[in-house]
Amino acid sequence: MLSRPSTLIAELSYQCPLHCPYCSNPLDIGGERYRRELDTEDWLRTFREARQLGVLQLALTGGEPMLRGDLVELCAGARDAGLYSSLITAGTLFTRERAHALKLAGLDHVQISIQSPDPEENDRIAGNRSFAKKLAAARHAKELDFPLTINCVLHRQNLDRIEQLLELALELGAQRLELANTQYYGWAAANQDALMPSREQLRRGEEAVQRFRERVGPKVDVLWVLPDFFEELPKPCMGGWGRTALVVAPDGEVMPCQAAATIPGLEFAGVRDHSLEWIWNESDAFTRFRGTEWMQEPCRTCPLGRQEVDWGGCRCQALRLAGDAAAADPVCRFSPHHDRVVHAREPAPAEPFVYRTMKRPRVRT
Amino acid sequence: MTRPRLVTGARLQYDDVRSEHVLLIPEGVVRLNPSAAEVLELCDGERSLDDIASALSARYDGADVRDDVRELVDALAGKGLVVDAL
Repeated sequence: MLSRPSTLIAELSYQCPLHCPYCSNPLDIGGERYRRELDTEDWLRTFREARQLGVLQLALTGGEPMLRGDLVELCAGARDAGLYSSLITAGTLFTRERAHALKLAGLDHVQISIQSPDPEENDRIAGNRSFAKKLAAARHAKELDFPLTINCVLHRQNLDRIEQLLELALELGAQRLELANTQYYGWAAANQDALMPSREQLRRGEEAVQRFRERVGPKVDVLWVLPDFFEELPKPCMGGWGRTALVVAPDGEVMPCQAAATIPGLEFAGVRDHSLEWIWNESDAFTRFRGTEWMQEPCRTCPLGRQEVDWGGCRCQALRLAGDAAAADPVCRFSPHHDRVVHAREPAPAEPFVYRTMKRPRVRT
Repeated sequence: MTRPRLVTGARLQYDDVRSEHVLLIPEGVVRLNPSAAEVLELCDGERSLDDIASALSARYDGADVRDDVRELVDALAGKGLVVDAL
């Protein structure tokens, strides 16, 4: 029998007041297709169907999910469906009034992003003045007794401030601090040279995390994962293709991961036309790379027998670096394309940011 | 541990799709066996460990469950899932 999904990632809208260059949303977020956002009923039905499939965790994300006028209704619907809901927000619109309404509706958990613990640097990376609003949002979340996660996407331009960041999370009363290393999809891929950290920065960062954990204990759960590009074996991307999670884009198309739309020829079905159960069980997007049958060499005869450990790693990364979504993830030292990962670790000259925008972007390819 | 309660934001729920009790936490799911679920249902920040053990004992013909309750609550506290209401 197929495994059941446990997580639904609901990308409510790709609109966002911030312009972070590390964003992993697609480059064509301003396109007509994503402006045809699902309506309230579509989302509520999707939540109910997700629970019936086995989903327990719901991430309300985007873009900026707080730009949806029906967010309170969606949170109430998520609670009625039996889902545990997390709001993944930049925080700038998380006023006391709206936070209170979301609490009453049954929102379970709030995650607020910070671009840097330094106010000016935060605003420079975010591409707008947002730092003070983020701190205010974190305080509203605490006052309303929400469990609070602070998230910071790390890269070469903010990694050296990690100690300051850890202190800020402690001061804000965060239960969790998610230190997410940049994943190079969408806008982040266009900014790779401006974002790729050095091995030395990562080493110092990891040491700072270790010292903090020893000093502070379980009061703040610090999540730190070495970025893919500095690994020799791939990670089980999304817990394996079509094994644990579903991502619904603002237009209702359902994807096995947030970057899957970059894979040419993959056919996505949408919740406007199909049940979530059919999409999970039958759609091309979910069945194409599920399990191990699709694997090529060296995965097919993996010398470490890791086929059902890492599930071949990341398909989008294989496409981007090996030119074939069915190839081994080039992070793997057995991949014939592993040299491209090794090469990407070399320090590149600092490039100016290409900021995320809904307008027609100019991007080097 | 005097009066245990679930950590802020944790929610106890029955998953009728998988037919098991779960503790839902930020971005995580802890699967529970039926006896763990029974203990957690009583971790309300009012009852002491002894209160919890007596309540369960009454359900099970007076069996002495104090050590089991203490062990489970300590294990969950070590993972940050249960805290002391104080």
